[in-house]
Amino acid sequence: MAKTAKTGERSNPGQHDGFLGYRNFRWAWRAGALCVIAIAGYLLMDAEPRPNGGSVYGYAAGTIAALLVLWLTLLGLRKRAITSGNWSLKAWVSAHVYLGLAVMVVATLHSGFQFGWNIHTLAYALMVLVVVSGLFGITVYALLPRYLSRNRGETTQKQMLETLKALDRQINEAAQPLSEVQARVVQMSLDGSRVGGGLWRRLSGGRGGCGNQRALSRLRGLRRQATDVELQMLDRMEELLQRKAVALAQVRRHLQIRAWLSVWLAVHVPATIALIAAITAHVFSVFIYW
Amino acid sequence: MVKQRGGRVGTAVHAVCGPGATRGDVVEGVHRIAILGSGPAGLSAAAHAAARGVSHILLEKSDHLSDTIFRYQRGKHIMATPSQLVVRADVSFEPGKRETILDTWSSEAAKHKVNVRYHAEVKSITGAKGDFSIALSDGSVVRAETIVLAIGTQGNPNLMSCEGGGLSHVQYQLDDPAEYVDEHICVVGGGDAGIENALGLIADRAQGNTVTLVNRGADFARAKEANAKALLAAQEAGHITLLTTAETTLIEPGWITVDTPEGATRFRCDRVIARLGSAPPRKFVESIGLEFTSAAREAFPKLSPTFESTVPGIYVIGALAGYPLIKHCINQGYDVVEYIGGAVDLKPADEPILEARLKGLPGNRSVAQWLEFLRQEIEILRGLSPLQMREFLLDSDVRAYQSGDVIFKRNSVGSSVFGIASGSVEVEVGGGRKRMTVTIPRGSIVGEVGLISGRPRGATVRAAEPSILLEIPRMAALRLMASVKEARDTVNRITTERQLLQMFGSGLTPDDLTDVLETAEIRQVKTGEAIIREGEDGYDIFVVRSGSMVVEKQIGGKPVFLSYLPAGSYVGEMALIDGGRRSATVQAAIRSEVVRLDGDRFRALLRRKPELEEKLRADMADRRKVNGYIEEQKGKFGDVVDMYSAVADFLVEQGIGEATDVLLIDETLCIGCDNCEKACADVHDGLSRLDREAGRTYAHLHVPTSCRHCEHPYCMTDCPPNAIHRGPDGEVFIDETCIGCGNCQRNCPYDVIRMDSRPPKKPDLISWLLFGVGPGPGEPDKAWRAKHKPKGAEPPKVAIKCDMCIGKAGGPACVRACPTGAAIRVSPEEFLTVKRMNRGE
Repeated sequence: MAKTAKTGERSNPGQHDGFLGYRNFRWAWRAGALCVIAIAGYLLMDAEPRPNGGSVYGYAAGTIAALLVLWLTLLGLRKRAITSGNWSLKAWVSAHVYLGLAVMVVATLHSGFQFGWNIHTLAYALMVLVVVSGLFGITVYALLPRYLSRNRGETTQKQMLETLKALDRQINEAAQPLSEVQARVVQMSLDGSRVGGGLWRRLSGGRGGCGNQRALSRLRGLRRQATDVELQMLDRMEELLQRKAVALAQVRRHLQIRAWLSVWLAVHVPATIALIAAITAHVFSVFIYW
Repeated sequence: MVKQRGGRVGTAVHAVCGPGATRGDVVEGVHRIAILGSGPAGLSAAAHAAARGVSHILLEKSDHLSDTIFRYQRGKHIMATPSQLVVRADVSFEPGKRETILDTWSSEAAKHKVNVRYHAEVKSITGAKGDFSIALSDGSVVRAETIVLAIGTQGNPNLMSCEGGGLSHVQYQLDDPAEYVDEHICVVGGGDAGIENALGLIADRAQGNTVTLVNRGADFARAKEANAKALLAAQEAGHITLLTTAETTLIEPGWITVDTPEGATRFRCDRVIARLGSAPPRKFVESIGLEFTSAAREAFPKLSPTFESTVPGIYVIGALAGYPLIKHCINQGYDVVEYIGGAVDLKPADEPILEARLKGLPGNRSVAQWLEFLRQEIEILRGLSPLQMREFLLDSDVRAYQSGDVIFKRNSVGSSVFGIASGSVEVEVGGGRKRMTVTIPRGSIVGEVGLISGRPRGATVRAAEPSILLEIPRMAALRLMASVKEARDTVNRITTERQLLQMFGSGLTPDDLTDVLETAEIRQVKTGEAIIREGEDGYDIFVVRSGSMVVEKQIGGKPVFLSYLPAGSYVGEMALIDGGRRSATVQAAIRSEVVRLDGDRFRALLRRKPELEEKLRADMADRRKVNGYIEEQKGKFGDVVDMYSAVADFLVEQGIGEATDVLLIDETLCIGCDNCEKACADVHDGLSRLDREAGRTYAHLHVPTSCRHCEHPYCMTDCPPNAIHRGPDGEVFIDETCIGCGNCQRNCPYDVIRMDSRPPKKPDLISWLLFGVGPGPGEPDKAWRAKHKPKGAEPPKVAIKCDMCIGKAGGPACVRACPTGAAIRVSPEEFLTVKRMNRGE
């Protein structure tokens, strides 16, 4: 699917396009054409007593939709098996996106708009869930990368975490001469400023109950009883905690964006597996009761 | 050795003017041989003369033998190279400490009863064969039938030519590195002397010296391999700073300014130790009447194969003969006494090696005849003395080809140069129907492209008739170019001529270019230096030989990036054809080399060759169109053009100017899945060659840590097994002969080479997907690797780097595996064009 570079070079500078606009929306056009044909067929085929999955048209549309779903699922394999061959994952993703949207149209037409509380409609509902979660995925893929880039600048995730560790070491050292009360406050920052954690925590940016934040506000309160010498040390400590707050904010934002970029897969992939199971059941039941 | 400091010896001397010019008080009879200088060569000659019972006298200026070695750093380890050479002499020589070697020589001199006269500084030599008079500075005269000059070249060091080179803290000698404490010292020169001085100064860290070594070349080709390695290891350990492809531009008290590829840098420097090599003490030698091979400063005296100079009876051996290595010197001492004693069929010690090498070649020549034949016939070798030629041949191979035999094939890997000693060769250029052959005649060279970039052979070359070719390995050729100016000039001339012929096409022949090339000048251009400035007069043409240029124009008070000129392009045609002032500024993106062609002569060429003018006009029209487009856009959409210009500047700053193919990541599309890294690891034995997150970013354009396949790869400069090559599509790759020395990793300024061993094989993808067996796609983590380590020895660590998925039809896996199209591979000349602006990127 990828255009091979000319001999004498390995790169393909003309090919700088995203997965959505790949090759001037090649797959959008193809998927659009598929939809147009499917709709035209639906309108032209005069199924009796009413359009349904059991008509000739219904079987054709159903087969196409089922095969498409299976092919779309193969993306999971494709993206992990980068071996030989002349293909590009971007092209696959582009096709996956547009054909996945087309499945929605084809499968709906296949149903003939007959819904009920049965395995057939369950399969349909799962498909809708998969497509909708996919749409969400497209949206975050299109919007979030620039924020991820802007937030991290030229810092890598590893460096961010190392910065935190280094700051913790410095805070620990600077806390040695402090009084017990003061040290206990600083300890909050060392013990209680988690990054990452559960899904919800990551998605929300996980600031809730941040030990560093509490340590900062409590430390300010302690200034009133501090001696001049202690004040100097507290100034230094406050500066360190401030720096840690900035570093924490960056890591958390980083993890937050990454969580949003991948959270939809937690719906998309299991729903796909359920969908395939439901389709299997749907096909079997149709053949058994035929 | 007799020291000839700054020509002190030569001042009072006149040419040979018959016997008895200066008599003084003659105290001795006539010796059979007088030997000047008691270094390895002179001492060996004296020892052999003593062993043979020949009357001789060894004149030494100082109060001890072998002053050059004596003046080596205390405790210095002296190496014995070339290793394949056998020593045949009456003094022995094994690699070892300076002190041990000097002791051995002293005791051997005593054993052979060598007749040494110390404090014997020679002022002049008069007379002729059979009765020379050697006047010494103490007024006495020594008489001898023959003279052996073994005075070396150390007394005449090459001086710093930059501003401030004459200051008192600039020295050309380092006797004892332990004398210097807590100093900022800058050693200039990457030869053995410079490297050893620098290493001596940092040997004891307690001395607290901060040492920087400045080397003009990118590599240390002139130095012994062991020295170069030790130096790089010291750099690795952070004990020394190395500035390569650097040149000193200014020395001030306490400071030094050095020009590097990244721009000029000024740093503290309390002492400059310049070890720039030395040249023969020419004034003195010429005053005796000896002729030199050429007028070049580095030229050596003209010698016969028996070391006899142009003055009968005076022989020259050792460094002054062009042989700085101790082993050669010692052998020559033995040989010269044999020759003086009348030996006619004496075979040099390396004769058996060369005989074996030349066996079976047509022509029935002796080794000496072969050497002379090759030296006479092959242009780049003409500046070599017969003795240098001998050493050169030890490194090279002579081959005979029948008519039609393939010398090398297009796209084959190889970096040697071929000199055509007889016959001629045909180069196949173009492909398919346009295929034609170009004949390269006797005397010229072929395959020279490998010298510069190590690119694979660009064309198939066959013998056009029965031919004899000398194959010179890359390192030997680089050494030759580094040490012999004529060879360097000849190679430069040939490469320039071929570049022009290839670039301009238009049916030009070498004869057409003679006139233009006569005044062509090769110029080094520093990063950021302009060769053409907007608005100035001038109509010379510039050809980019190496490196690259950017073209900028002031639009609306801001410099706007117009285009990028890679090596192999030319610029300056607009003013030449249309007249008028320069319309844009052309400056170096990276340190480059350009050829300046005289405008008037080029105009004359255009008049003779209308096809060429047509081509230039067509090129000019294209460039005008691009420039016009950008100016027009700037008028309408200033921001877009500013962005385009700023991104281009950023990329040039990141060294894209010397890249041929670089991985970029468009961070407006990158979701951070690291599929590029995983794919890279999976197609390369489980080790990724790229770090996506690391690297610089500008305007969402990220340059990850990954190989750029430089035009002139730094990694290739010092690879002992010569394991780094360029593939047919320009990929720089490391083959399986890597020995894991880490030189390439240290030399790479972009940190894209890592040393690692191949991890154990992973279970296949399906078992991971279904049963969770193995670490999954991508590089396995350390824990998994440790747990699944195969029994027995761990595979050795070798250098690994991007090979652009060489041989894989689909192209680089990193790009293929990117789900969103964020990862792109680009070549700068295509990426840095206005096409980008159209997309508003």
